[in-house]
Amino acid sequence: MSILERFEKVDRRIIFLLTLLAVVIPLLLPIGFKIKVSEPVQKFYEAVEALPPGSKVLVSSEYDPSTMPEVYPMNQALARHCFKKDIKIIGMGLWPQGIPLNQASMEQAAEEYGKEYGVDYVNLGYKAGGIVVISAAAENMPNTFPLDYAGRPIEEFEIMKGIRNFDNIDLIISLSAGDPGVRHWVMIAQGRYGKKVAGGVTAVSAPAFYPYLDAGQLQGLLGGMKGAAEYETILGASGTASRGMDAQSIAHGLIIFFILFANFFYLLGKRKKR
Amino acid sequence: MIETLGIWIAALLTLCILSFLYKDNPFYKFAEHLFVGVSAAYWAVYYYFNILYPNLIQPLFGRGQLLLIIPLALGIMMIMRLFPKVGWVSRWPLAFIVGSYSGYNLITYLQSNAVDQVRATLVPFIQIESWKNLFTNPGVMTFLNAIAIPVVVVGVTTGVIYFFFSKEHKGVFGGFARTGVWFLMIAFGASFGYTVMARISLLIGRVYFLLHDWLGLIQ
Repeated sequence: MSILERFEKVDRRIIFLLTLLAVVIPLLLPIGFKIKVSEPVQKFYEAVEALPPGSKVLVSSEYDPSTMPEVYPMNQALARHCFKKDIKIIGMGLWPQGIPLNQASMEQAAEEYGKEYGVDYVNLGYKAGGIVVISAAAENMPNTFPLDYAGRPIEEFEIMKGIRNFDNIDLIISLSAGDPGVRHWVMIAQGRYGKKVAGGVTAVSAPAFYPYLDAGQLQGLLGGMKGAAEYETILGASGTASRGMDAQSIAHGLIIFFILFANFFYLLGKRKKR
Repeated sequence: MIETLGIWIAALLTLCILSFLYKDNPFYKFAEHLFVGVSAAYWAVYYYFNILYPNLIQPLFGRGQLLLIIPLALGIMMIMRLFPKVGWVSRWPLAFIVGSYSGYNLITYLQSNAVDQVRATLVPFIQIESWKNLFTNPGVMTFLNAIAIPVVVVGVTTGVIYFFFSKEHKGVFGGFARTGVWFLMIAFGASFGYTVMARISLLIGRVYFLLHDWLGLIQ
């Protein structure tokens, strides 16, 4: 059997093993590749940074544990950024499993910055209905979310005083892994009510949202683990996304090598058959 | 103690699922069936206590909001799909959902995903500021910024031409269509790159969990 034939019949498990090694080794022995902040992430950071202390940001979590490695670091970094700037967070979600993840992010950051539930942040929980919930909340938030995620009336919380509708919200941020998500916030909150909306999305869906950014419908965009790592970098706080970027780069390099290698031998084989 | 037990269960189930990469085996099958069963139970309980109970059962039977009889009836009609003889009844609530959702969505969707997007391409072909910036500060990024708008305009135009099938793709028209194909291929390639990044991120997430939370090899 020639080398060419051997490569054509390579066991796919070797590729899996090499990919696994490309991820494991950099995690165990970090290289520390430089993370460059891209324009969409810079815009996202500036959108939050531009808010004066005491502003209220609505953070909607539309993701679940299956996309945690990409979106959860964004949620953590965002909570830290807001609390560092004394910005208040009103959490909610259009995906039920995003609620505890958003809550965990806010609790962790609140502990670091000495913030209090009900005063500096609140979690309104999940409401079924997607786009209809956004419209209803835009018109009347207390009617749409009369209780927080734990079933306590929202009038009890200082942070909710004076909140009637989206007019009382300074910035809306959707962290989403699909629909309903950023697209629907752009359609309703930005398109119909003219609110400033920024987003954090998974890498798979990120290319679909760049046109919104270019059209000015989104204030900023975090795309996948790379977006989260850039956001962590700009905040000067290394998190799980930054730690994963070495592995990400090595694995990408390996995949590029596989593509070039496979195409080279494919073309060589084609030439020989002629 | 409970947390440690949870981490061990999660780690072993992760390994069971990953073992499929070697070949199909009973450990993988076990984890797969467990996932399906637990997910079904989780969602059944979640939907009842977080959607059905607070939005329908409690307000209708507890507070007497009789208007909710309508969604209750529509919901029951939807379940009729399970019985072949009266399955046709489920078409009515489905029609209601499709009709109301499209009516609600149509204008907003068109505005956000068509009108605003088209408007974003209706900008001066040459951005004077970007070109000034290129000449004062020459570099790859300033060059890309300068040509960004022409690339967008050419890409949108030729891409649309490719999907215009009422005229044969020959001559100058065919040349535009072929340019459109190149733009489409680059877009698909970028999209594929992002997909690879997403999948690798998920693998990193799992490996990080195993090395950090389970084995404690990463601080």
